[in-house]
Amino acid sequence: MQTAILAVTLAVLTIIGFYMGRSRSVSVAAGNLRRLHSLPGYYGYYVALWCGIPAFAVLATWLSLETTIVETLVIASLPETTQALPESRLNLLINDIRNLASGNIVSREVDPELQAAAERYQSLRQTGFLAAAAVTLSLAIAGLAWGRRLIGPGLKARNQVETVVRVFLIVSSTIAILTTIGIVLSLLFEAIRFFALVSPLEFLFGLKWSPQTALRADQVGSSGLFGAIPLFSGTLLISFIAMCVAGPAGLLSAVYMSEYAHPRMRAVAKPILEILAGIPTVVYGFFAALTVAPFFRNTGAGVGLEISSESALAAGVVMGIMIIPFVSSISDDVITAVPQAMREGSYGLGATRSETIRQVIIPAALPGIVGGFLLAMSRAIGETMIVVMAAGLAANLTVNPFEAVTTVTVQIVTLLIGDQEFDSAKTLAAFALGLMLFCVTLCLNVIALHVVNKYREQYE
Amino acid sequence: MADSTPQAMPQEAAPISEPPPAAEPLKTSTDSGNGAVKFASRKVCVYYGEKQALFDVDLDVLKNKVTALIGPSGCGKSTYLRCLNRMNDTIPICRVTGEISLDGVDIHSKAVDVVHLRARVGMVFQKPNPFPKSIYDNIAYGPRIHGIASSKGELDDIVQSSLEKAGLLKEVHDRLQEPGTGLSGGQQQRLCIARAVAVEPEVILMDEPCSALDPIATARIEELIDELRENYTIVIVTHSMQQAARVSQRTGFFHLGELVEFGETEQIFTNPQDERTQGYITGRFG
Amino acid sequence: MSNAVATDVQVAPNMNGSPRNASEAVAKSLKRRYAAEKRFRAYGLVAIIFAALCLAILLVTIVGKGYSAFTQTMIRLDITLYPQDIDPDGTRDPDVLSTANYQKLVKQAVQDLFPEVTNRRERRHLQEIISPGATYHIRDAVLEDTSLIGQRLVIEVPVSDDLDQFNKGFISGDVPEVERRVSDKQIAWFNRLKDRGVIISTFNTTLFTAGDSREPELAGIWGAVVGSFFTMAVTLLLSFPLAVGAAVYLEEFAPKNRWTDLIEVNINNLAAVPSIVFGLLGLAVFINFFGLPRSAPVVGGMVLALMTLPTIIIAARAALKAVPPSIREGAFGIGASPIQVVTHHVLPLAMPGILTGTIIGMAQALGETAPLLMIGMVAFIVDIPGGPLDPSTVLPVQIYLWSDAPERAFEERASAAIMVLLGFLIMMNAIAVVLRKRFERRW
Repeated sequence: MQTAILAVTLAVLTIIGFYMGRSRSVSVAAGNLRRLHSLPGYYGYYVALWCGIPAFAVLATWLSLETTIVETLVIASLPETTQALPESRLNLLINDIRNLASGNIVSREVDPELQAAAERYQSLRQTGFLAAAAVTLSLAIAGLAWGRRLIGPGLKARNQVETVVRVFLIVSSTIAILTTIGIVLSLLFEAIRFFALVSPLEFLFGLKWSPQTALRADQVGSSGLFGAIPLFSGTLLISFIAMCVAGPAGLLSAVYMSEYAHPRMRAVAKPILEILAGIPTVVYGFFAALTVAPFFRNTGAGVGLEISSESALAAGVVMGIMIIPFVSSISDDVITAVPQAMREGSYGLGATRSETIRQVIIPAALPGIVGGFLLAMSRAIGETMIVVMAAGLAANLTVNPFEAVTTVTVQIVTLLIGDQEFDSAKTLAAFALGLMLFCVTLCLNVIALHVVNKYREQYE
Repeated sequence: MADSTPQAMPQEAAPISEPPPAAEPLKTSTDSGNGAVKFASRKVCVYYGEKQALFDVDLDVLKNKVTALIGPSGCGKSTYLRCLNRMNDTIPICRVTGEISLDGVDIHSKAVDVVHLRARVGMVFQKPNPFPKSIYDNIAYGPRIHGIASSKGELDDIVQSSLEKAGLLKEVHDRLQEPGTGLSGGQQQRLCIARAVAVEPEVILMDEPCSALDPIATARIEELIDELRENYTIVIVTHSMQQAARVSQRTGFFHLGELVEFGETEQIFTNPQDERTQGYITGRFG
Repeated sequence: MSNAVATDVQVAPNMNGSPRNASEAVAKSLKRRYAAEKRFRAYGLVAIIFAALCLAILLVTIVGKGYSAFTQTMIRLDITLYPQDIDPDGTRDPDVLSTANYQKLVKQAVQDLFPEVTNRRERRHLQEIISPGATYHIRDAVLEDTSLIGQRLVIEVPVSDDLDQFNKGFISGDVPEVERRVSDKQIAWFNRLKDRGVIISTFNTTLFTAGDSREPELAGIWGAVVGSFFTMAVTLLLSFPLAVGAAVYLEEFAPKNRWTDLIEVNINNLAAVPSIVFGLLGLAVFINFFGLPRSAPVVGGMVLALMTLPTIIIAARAALKAVPPSIREGAFGIGASPIQVVTHHVLPLAMPGILTGTIIGMAQALGETAPLLMIGMVAFIVDIPGGPLDPSTVLPVQIYLWSDAPERAFEERASAAIMVLLGFLIMMNAIAVVLRKRFERRW
C-alpha cells in the first residue's frame, strides 16, 4: 500500500515535470516557437524523463532487494546458536518472523526472541521504506529541477527523448533473449544441484521412480528413487495416443476444409476448430477426468476390459482433441501453400480430387505436414493440465493404454505443489525434469520450424 | 494413322522457322472436310460471378489441326480454352452457358464424365508445373490414376514413348528417377507435354505454353507441337502472333470476350475481315 | 528431331493407333475411382464432424453438470434472536455482535423444526441438514440491522451440500443407504420440510460473491475472479508495452544482423516452450531469487507476461508489416524523424491489429493454469484479495482445485466456474473479432 502511494506520487511528479518542461520551453522561446530546436512537448518529455527514470529505477531496485537485505539483517541480529541452524530450519524461522510481523498465524510458540526479531523485522522494513521514499522523492525533484535548468533554445530535446525511446525499444526486444537465458540458467542451476545428489545415469536410465524421500534419517523405506524412464515412457504413450487422434482428424479436416468444403460449410467448421483451440486446458482436464475417463472405465467394464479410471487412454484422447485444431491449422497452411498450378496440372490430366490430394498435394506438402506434426507432438509432450487432472501419479512402466501412467509434467507439478524445502532431491528433481522437457521440446521445435521454413521457401 | 506420319513429317517440319507457306494450311483444311470437327461450340458464354467474360463464342476445332487462339491479354482466350476440358469447373464462381460438343456429344451433358473428358482432352499450362516427384512418376501419374497400364512393363513403355514423343527421352533417359523439378524450364514444359501425352488424349490444350520460356526452348516446343499434330488435335492459346502464324492452321482472334474473327491462319494474317483483327495484327493495339 | 519422333511413333504403333483403348480404360476405372473419391470425401467430413461432436459433448457435459450450481437449496428458518445470547449487555458494539454465539440460535431453530427428535445422536444428525454457514447469514443480518435483536427473524439459510445435491436429484434415494452421503432419516426429514413449504430454491448469489471455502454451499468464485483480474492487469501492463516495443524495434529499426536473427529465433522458440517451464522460471527467479511473495498475482502476472510476449510480438509485427511502406515514405518525405514516423503514422494504423493480438494473448493467459501452480497460486485462499501482492488464486486454478475435491457439489461448481471462464473468453474473442472486422483495411 505504502509502495503504491509512493509510486503514484512519483508518477504525479513525472507528469508535473512534463508540464513544467513544456511551459518552460515556451517561456524560453519568448513567443517565437521557431527559436526552439524541438516542439515544446519534447521539452516536457525531456524533463519528465529526467524526473521519472532515476527515481523509478531506484524504487525498483529497492523493491527487488528489500526482502533479501532485511532478512539478512534480521538473521544477523539473531543469537549465534540460532544462526548456526541448518538452512532449512532457518528458512522456517524467517517465515515465522515474517508471519508474526504481518500479524498472521505462526506455526510455533511465540517466544520473546521471536517477538523481538519480528519487531526488528518490521522496524527494518519501515526504515528501509522511509529511506527509499526519501531517496526516490529527492531524486525525482532533483531530476525535475536539473532537467528544467537544461532547457534552452539550443537543447536538442527531441533527439535526446528519441534516444531514450530507442533504448527502450532495444531493451524490450532483448526480453525474449533474457527470458530464454533465464529459463536455461534457472533450470540448469537447479538441475546441476540435483545431479550432485542423484547420478545423471540413474536419472536418465533408471526404471524406478518413487521420489518420496524420508524426512528423518530414522524413517523406514522410501529412500527416493529417481529413474525417469517410466515418466518418459508414460509421456510418450499419452502423446502417441494424442497424435493418433489429432493426426488423422486434424489432417483430414484440413484437407476437407481447403479442398472440398463449400464456403458456407467452412464458415461453420472454422469457428468450431477455433473454439476448440481457445478452450483452456484446465477445461479439457476437467472433461477428461470427470467425463471421458469414467465413460471409458464403464465401457471397458461393460465389455469385460479393465480400464483404469486414470487410464492413459482417456488423457491421450482428450489431449488429441485439444491438438486437432493445432494440427489442422498448420496442415491447412501448408496445403494452401501448395501452388494452384499443381492442382491444375493434376486436374488437367483427369485426376479426381481425392487422387490429386493423395498423390500430388499431400506428397508435395509432406515436409510441412511432418513439421506440423512435430510441433503438435512437442505441444502434447509439454501439455500439463490434462494429464495432471486425468493421468495417474504412479510411475508404471507399461505400454498398455488402459493402465494408469504418469508423465514428466505431472511429476513436476506433484513435486512442486505444496510447501517444500528447496534443497531436497525431490524438489530439485522437478527442475531436472523441467530441463529434460525444455530440451526435448526445444529440439522438436527447432527441427519442426526448420522443416516448415524450408518447405515454405520451396514454393516462394 | 501410323502410316501417314512419315509422309507428313518432313512437310510439316518446314513452317517452323519460316512464315507459313500460303497454300498449305488451306489445302489441309479442305482435305479434312466438314466431318472432322472435333470440338464444336455454340453460343458459349462464361461468367465470373456477375462479370461476363465470354460472349456467344461459336468456334469449331478441326481434327488433327493446330488451332491458335490469339488476342490481347484479358480477352477471354484462356477462359475459352479452359471451357474445352471443363477446367473452369474448378473455379467456384465460374459459370459456363452455351453448348460445347466433343465428337458431337455435349461435354456438359450427363453422359460425359469430367474425369473421362479430361483424360481425352489433355492440357498443358502457361507455367511448367511438374509435380514434385521423379520424372518417371510425373509421366506415370496419369496412366496410373486412370488404370491405363496393366503391368509395370507396359507403364515403362508408356513413359518411354511419351518422353520420346515429347522429344525429351534423349536428355533424361538416364535420370528418370530424379525429380522433375530439377529440369530446366523448357525441359519441364516438355515433361508436362509428355505427361499429358501419356494419358493418350485426343486433344491437347495448350495455354501459352511458351510464355515462361526462352526463345530456344520456345522453338523446340513449337517444333514439337507441329510433330504432335499428326496424332492429336491441338488448341493453343498464345499472345505471340508469330507463334500462331508458325504453328497453327486455323486461328481465332478474341477481343474483349468476343470471338471477333475465326478462319484459316493464312487468311487471318494476310486478309483479316474485321478491322479490329487488322488493328491487332498490324500492332495498333494489344 | 522430327525424324526421331517419327521413328518412335512407328516403334510403338499400338499406343498411338489405339487411343480408344486408353479411353476405354478410363471409362472402366470411373466407377471405382468415384467410389474412392466419395470415401475420401467422407473421411474428411467425418473428421470435421468428429471435432464438432467433441466440442458439442464437451460443452453439453459442462453445462449439464454445472447449470444446477446457479441455484441453491435454502431452508426458511424461524429464529428468535434472544438478546441474552447476542448482546447480553445491550451495548450494540459490533465486536460483541460479530462474536456472539449464533450457532446456538441456529441449533435451537433447527431443533424446533422437529421437536420430536430427542435422541442425542439423532439430534446431532438433524443439525447436519443445515449448512455451517447459516450462522454467518444470521450474523450478517444482525450486524446490518441491530433492531432485529430480541425479535423473531424469518431467514433463508442454505442447507448442507449433500441435501442440496439430493434436492437437485443428483443423489438418488434408491441407492442403498451406505452408498450415499445422505441418510434415510435426513431424507425423511427433508421431505417433511418440503411438504411444509420451507424448502426453497433460490439463485446462488454466494457463488458470485464469496471466496473459496471448504463447504461447497459457501464457496464462490469471486476471490478467483478478483485474483484473475489482478493477474491479468499485471500481465497486460508488462507485456503490452514490452511487446509493442520489441515489435516496433524488430520491424522498423533493427538492422538485419546476427543479433536480430537471434532475437527472432528466440521469440519463435519461446512461443512453443511448454507453459509449465515458464512456471519453473517464475519459481526459480522471481520467488527464490528475488524473494517475491508466493501465491501473489504480481508474480503470476509476470510469469504470464513472459509467456504471452511472443504471441503479442508476433501479432504486432504482422500488423506493422501490413502498413504499406508508402505511408512511411510520405512521412519521411515531410521531414519526420524515424520515431515520429512510427509514433504518429505507423503505430496508429497498426494499432487495431496489435490490440487484436493482445486480446488473444490475454485470453490465452486468462485460461492458463500450469505455470501458476508452480508459483503457489494453488493455495487454499478464503479471502478476497485486495491487491496484486495479496495471496490469491485465479479462475482456472479454482476450477482445478474444485474438480479435484471429493464432494459432488464442488464438481457442479467447477462446471459453473468453467462456464464463467468460457464466458469471459468468448467475450474477449468477440471483441477481437469485432476489432478485426471494424478496422480491417485493404491497402
